[in-house]
Amino acid sequence: MPQLEFGNPLLIAQIVWLLIIFGLLYYVMANYALPRVERVLEDRRARIAADLHAAQQAKAEADAAMAAHRESTAKARAEAQAAIAAAMQQAQAEASARAEELNARLARQIDEAEKRIGAARDAAMGALRQVSLSTAETLVGKVGGRADRGALEAAVDRALAARAAG
Amino acid sequence: MPAQGWAGERDLAAEGKTIDALGQFELKTVLGPIGHSVGFTQSSAHMLLAVGLITLLVMYGISRQAVVPGRLQSLTESAYEFIQGLVIGQVGPEGKRFFPFVFSLFMFILFGNLLGLLPFAFTFTSHIVVTFALAAIVFVLITVVALMLHGKKFFGYFFPEGAPIWLAPIIIPVEIVSYLSRPISLSIRLFANMVAGHVMLKVFATFIVLLGGLGVAGPFIAVLPLTVNVALVGFEILVAFLQAYVFAILTSIYLHDAVHLH
Repeated sequence: MPQLEFGNPLLIAQIVWLLIIFGLLYYVMANYALPRVERVLEDRRARIAADLHAAQQAKAEADAAMAAHRESTAKARAEAQAAIAAAMQQAQAEASARAEELNARLARQIDEAEKRIGAARDAAMGALRQVSLSTAETLVGKVGGRADRGALEAAVDRALAARAAG
Repeated sequence: MPAQGWAGERDLAAEGKTIDALGQFELKTVLGPIGHSVGFTQSSAHMLLAVGLITLLVMYGISRQAVVPGRLQSLTESAYEFIQGLVIGQVGPEGKRFFPFVFSLFMFILFGNLLGLLPFAFTFTSHIVVTFALAAIVFVLITVVALMLHGKKFFGYFFPEGAPIWLAPIIIPVEIVSYLSRPISLSIRLFANMVAGHVMLKVFATFIVLLGGLGVAGPFIAVLPLTVNVALVGFEILVAFLQAYVFAILTSIYLHDAVHLH
């Protein structure tokens, strides 16, 4: 087996060359090649992290804008509700005031009308007594009697009172 | 005996129809008299080639520095993150210092194994002196790291705390032997896997040639060892990755022991 012929100086030379060449590889890798790979990977990590950060920030901004929008919407809605309620209240107040005024006027008119009716009835009742008295005097005269004015008045009054009571 | 790949037909011609499975491991100097004077063999040439390819892969792969990596850059980054995950996972955050070493080790062995599978190529990881030298580097590293981090307490590693004192004469030699056998098992595992694989490939490749020359039916029978060899190459690619991985993960485990002492 050629690998075990340790008398062969080429085997020893091979070890020396191995140390030189492997040392070279280690030197190049440790000082030039691997730091470069490291830098590229680090750059990518940093960039991804930065992008993620930016995305998170954008999301936070969007969320804030959304919240502000929602808040302002809610405020506007509340204001609108308040305005509607105030307008309703005012309209109701006006309507009830107008209705009250109307009621008062109607009541006044009814009162006046009732008073007029009462006066008219009183006048009518007064006129009725005169008419009844003269009618009774004329009837008594026609019948042939001579009517005592006082007795006639008393009789008419009695009859009227009886009617009014009946 | 030119140390070509396992499919080298000239071996057969030179040996005269016998199976020579070990000739592929013979060292030959290259680069003429200069290479001869400094003992620069095809093994060293393949080491240099592996180092060049690794450097090219990492440097060229990452040269575009794209945020969204292309295919080659993905390969570079996957290799980087795979080994980094392995080292950090085994050693912990302190393992970051050793990452370039384990990365170099893994890539060097992996490229050595894979390059050796190419026809006419030489597999430097099939030489025990190479694997043992790599294992010795690991052994020296873990011992020096343990001594630097823990000083005298490192020797407590050989006698676990809480063990009854009368067991010391048994435990201490066992622990010392198990510690010293680390580089040996590490190097022999890789060496033996590579040698066995390449010997098998060479034997079956020789069968193909020998059977192919046997009259009319020969080429048809030769299809059998060819099929075996196709399967073997696939298997050897798996072994190439697996052995590089095993070497790297055992190194990481030893580094963990060195950093944390159990």
